[in-house]
Amino acid sequence: MNKFKENFMHGVFLFSACASILAVALICIFLFANGIPAMAKIGLFDFIGGSQWRPGNNVYGILPMILGSIYVTAGAIIIGVPIGILVAIFMTRFCPDKLYKILKPAVDLLAGIPSVVYGFFGLMVIVPLIRDLFGGSGTSMLAASIVLGIMILPTIISVSESALRAVPESYYEGSLALGASHERSVFKVVLPAATSGVMAGVILGVGRAIGETMAVIMVAGNQAIIPRGLLTGIRTMTANIVLEMGYAADLHREALIATAVVLFVFILIINLSFSILKRRQENK
Amino acid sequence: MNKIESQSGVAVIQQDIKRNGSMNNMKNAKTQSAVLRALVYIAAFLTFGVLICLIAYILIKGIPNLSLDLFSLEYTSENVSLFPAMINTIIMTFLSLIIAVPLGVFSAIYLVEYAKRGNKVVGLVRITAETLSGIPSIVYGLFGFLLFVTSFGWGYSLLAGSFTLVIMILPVILRTTEEALKAVPDSFREGSFGLGAGKLRTVFRIVLPSAVPGILSGVVLSVGRIVGETAALIYTAGTVAQIPDNLLGSGRTLAVHMYALWSEGLNSEQSYATAVILLITVVLLNALSSVLAKKITAK
Repeated sequence: MNKFKENFMHGVFLFSACASILAVALICIFLFANGIPAMAKIGLFDFIGGSQWRPGNNVYGILPMILGSIYVTAGAIIIGVPIGILVAIFMTRFCPDKLYKILKPAVDLLAGIPSVVYGFFGLMVIVPLIRDLFGGSGTSMLAASIVLGIMILPTIISVSESALRAVPESYYEGSLALGASHERSVFKVVLPAATSGVMAGVILGVGRAIGETMAVIMVAGNQAIIPRGLLTGIRTMTANIVLEMGYAADLHREALIATAVVLFVFILIINLSFSILKRRQENK
Repeated sequence: MNKIESQSGVAVIQQDIKRNGSMNNMKNAKTQSAVLRALVYIAAFLTFGVLICLIAYILIKGIPNLSLDLFSLEYTSENVSLFPAMINTIIMTFLSLIIAVPLGVFSAIYLVEYAKRGNKVVGLVRITAETLSGIPSIVYGLFGFLLFVTSFGWGYSLLAGSFTLVIMILPVILRTTEEALKAVPDSFREGSFGLGAGKLRTVFRIVLPSAVPGILSGVVLSVGRIVGETAALIYTAGTVAQIPDNLLGSGRTLAVHMYALWSEGLNSEQSYATAVILLITVVLLNALSSVLAKKITAK
């Protein structure tokens, strides 16, 4: 009886462990099965390379959305990465212990704030600010980049922080002993030694930025056209899905699922490079 | 690789120092240090300034808008009540946790306690869990829509929403539980075996109880994700602003409520109020998780 119970529970544990494998398999199957036929019908090149998105006329080109996602992500990286790395340096090497005890939970809080709240804040504060400073409607690539830049900060800060902490103290001390100042030791010795960990943080940030939906929808303007400039509205792949899924039917709906497939492939590539970098850091 | 890089960094400084015969270079190095220091402080100031601004802005604008009307039992277009959304959020959180916590904890138990070294399942579970944690919520939403809403025929419903969330939080619970189980010293297990307890009894009576704070911190993290989630729910749980009669009815959570208010293009006052409640929830959850974290490290 006991033996049976042991074996039975072993089976239950094994089955549970397979849940995440099953989930990934199902996600792949359902997305690809529903998305690939649409790509075939529209034509892969017309779909990915087409610059017109007009569901009403059965024209489905998602190039504007792909570019939108890439531009916004790049903007977020330009804003978020330098600041994030500098803050990580501040938290590991510049800030007193007492302050650290406040800042660490603050970073966690920054990570925990829901994306709709970020979007709403962007809509109410950053968009009007851009409208007043540069004219235009304010809902723009710039607004989306700033909001996303803020949103990826906690990811970059916490991953960079642990990478910086993993650098042996002797590096820093050695540099000090050679007469370099505190700042130069940190920036020229400690930071280079933590490069691959910091890069992993950046990649994780890219993944977050490209997959973000709600905050971007609320501030980006969502025009499905090839982006023309920082101050014009753009639409990302994620926004495209949320905005039109509610009323889409037939090929239109499949085209939206195919958009998710493209997004999914982007994410898989990002994940893969992240785990390669992480492994490289661990092997050191 | 790493070592060589930093050694070369040290070498650069060494050269700098050698060349520093002239006062000029010395001065350069000093200005450089000052600039770097200034940059670090500016970045820190900016980041935490933005956080404080965000919280202050939402609180100042939102708290005056918290009226009794917002907590009416029924949503109407006049009172724009967020009470049904709050109840839906609680139901959805509860439902998702009931399924995800056992699943996540059991699979962590398998990985840590049962799987032998070099087991192929373990590698596969790790890779898939890592993949799951990187998938954007809108992709989960679409998947939930295709599987639960359409294929299973559940329609827009709390049940479909919860199942989608289960897959989303599974990797969080799996990872935190795994870490918590690994932190339990082997002597506990050996002691239990030594007293004649079986594997199963050891796991449930000895290992699991000492891992509880770690598991709870994962649960709190998951609750935070559920409360803040929007994109995965719009097309699974739907956007109806009432409390449904049963689990197969559609209902919006607080975060979805906020999105819906935006897409209706009105009601910014109610959005502020909703944001306040979301923000307070998140702050409380964060406080709870740091209390738990202290408990773990205190041991």
